[in-house]
Amino acid sequence: MTGMDTTTTFADRASKRAPPRSARRVVGLSDRAVVWLFIAPTMLLLLAINIFPLIWAIRLSFTGFMANLPRPLGFVGIANYVDILTDEDLWTNFQVTAHFVFWTIALQVLIGLALALLINQKFRGHSFWTTVILLPMMLSPAVVGNFWTLLLQPQIGPFNYFIGFFTGAPASSFTMIGSVKLAPWTIVMVNTWMWTPYVMLICLAGLRSIPEFIYEAAEVDRASPWRQFWSITLPMVTPFLMLAVLFQAIQSFEMFDLVNLLTSGGPGSTTELVSITLKRAAFEKWETGYASALAVILFVTVFGAANIYVRVLNKVKQQ
Amino acid sequence: MSGARLHRPFSEPSPLLRWLAALVVVTYAIVSILPIVWIGMTAFKSQSDAIAYPPKLLFTPTLEGFVDLFTVQTRQPHDFIAKLPPPANWYEKLARSHDMVIVGRSRVVERFVNSIIIGFGSTILATLLGTLAAYGFSRFKVPLADDLMFFILSTRMMPPIAVAVPIYMMYRYLGLYDTRTGMILLYTAVNVSLAVWLLKGFIDEIPREYEEAALIDGYTRLQAFRKVVLPQAVTGIAATAIFCLIFSWNEYAFDLLLSSSEAQTMPPFIPFIIGEGGQNWPAVAAGTTLFLAPIFVFTIALRKHLLRGITFGAVRK
Repeated sequence: MTGMDTTTTFADRASKRAPPRSARRVVGLSDRAVVWLFIAPTMLLLLAINIFPLIWAIRLSFTGFMANLPRPLGFVGIANYVDILTDEDLWTNFQVTAHFVFWTIALQVLIGLALALLINQKFRGHSFWTTVILLPMMLSPAVVGNFWTLLLQPQIGPFNYFIGFFTGAPASSFTMIGSVKLAPWTIVMVNTWMWTPYVMLICLAGLRSIPEFIYEAAEVDRASPWRQFWSITLPMVTPFLMLAVLFQAIQSFEMFDLVNLLTSGGPGSTTELVSITLKRAAFEKWETGYASALAVILFVTVFGAANIYVRVLNKVKQQ
Repeated sequence: MSGARLHRPFSEPSPLLRWLAALVVVTYAIVSILPIVWIGMTAFKSQSDAIAYPPKLLFTPTLEGFVDLFTVQTRQPHDFIAKLPPPANWYEKLARSHDMVIVGRSRVVERFVNSIIIGFGSTILATLLGTLAAYGFSRFKVPLADDLMFFILSTRMMPPIAVAVPIYMMYRYLGLYDTRTGMILLYTAVNVSLAVWLLKGFIDEIPREYEEAALIDGYTRLQAFRKVVLPQAVTGIAATAIFCLIFSWNEYAFDLLLSSSEAQTMPPFIPFIIGEGGQNWPAVAAGTTLFLAPIFVFTIALRKHLLRGITFGAVRK
């Protein structure tokens, strides 16, 4: 409706002060020029700040360069890559990362899908409570992660007190951050707390995309609610769920801020995710060449995942 | 949230089921919001209340945390404080009540200002670049458009720590290390991918007929863009801008590694709010509360577009 109005106004306005045709052609840029004028700044910025450094990193990954020492690059061939792929400590870090990624996503999917199904029952006030649930994911992981260290203090933190209150275990009998056994689960827990809303929100969109008539038909066929869930709801939500999982997989694989402030990799290296190892190699040990090689490996992994991600994304869009 | 009424007239959930669902969801919401509530509460606690055992739910609120956040203080003996001229204002009085003397301002204001300048600077730039590029991709046949869009998205997927190494060296070389300009450029580069993807979705939804009508009426492309497309895309541009702002506001890794003082923002600063003998939790909580408050406002403002924003425009309803 408003569209029609706008068009007529344009016609009116244009007819009042339209410049003569010849002059217009000089002033107006060709469409081709407009495209490049519009796209080029973004591309140039990305080339300068993403691609150029990336190429530089690839080059550095073949050197023994240390950014804090004023000495030449010193090419070492693929030695850095060999080091990385044969380093058992680093292998442990990859395992820690895999544990983190797997469990945080499993929990997010379970809790997120369950919450979405429950919210979709549309009880009174569901929209308000959805917004409340969404809050954690909007906050700064670093700032919130830092505060979780107080919440998880064995003596004074409310978390242990809360658990102790319900289980009867003395509050100071366990430490979530300091213990080798619990720390890997602590980072899973806090990350799940933060990102479950993300999975939930996308699942909710999936549930709402299911046309009503399918359920009506199932109802006519006397399919049980259980059957309806497995053969209608779940398959229809799956593409959405996959999108959420892929995005979260990339995000938790790259996880740095939350864990760096929560446990900074400790105790020992029980929560040392690959990104934390990378940060230590690059900015504490200053092994720039080695760190660059690790960065390239991480990047290739994520790039592959992003590739899949885009394909799924396009599929979801088509539906 | 829209289209809610369309669902399930046939198998409308029973009142009991609905009630149970509400119970579980509300319980989850309350439990998951507790850590945030605890931050807000700690901001108004005294230091001893903040680290009391068992944790205190009821306490006398005080502004000590905020005073500690904004000032630098030293502990002085009681008789030294007694000899000082009477406190000039309420916060000096508050500090002296627990044997502290205010000796200066802390750096929190600078960090906050940095967060604001870098946040808004990069948001404006990213939204501007993103709008232009999105219009280009939305309306014209760009060669290799799909590959370019994927390239733009993939820059966002790069692990920040992985790109930080070469950017650190580049910034050192160019003198951009620890400068606001450097951080604005970097955040713009990270945000522009989101901006292009989101805005392309928004602009795709504006019917081409409007522009075509304007073009026939004698508008140039640029005029049509400015006077027809932009006004129609205002909501989308605003939503995109808020998403960019939230990212820049929350960002930690790049700022931690690529700044040390001049361009340091709040997230790397907050963990280093330290009192005597460990972290001053009320001050940390006060800083955290002030830092998180704008996000609550943004989240509520963005409610309708949240889904789109977090999925790069892939899911729209």
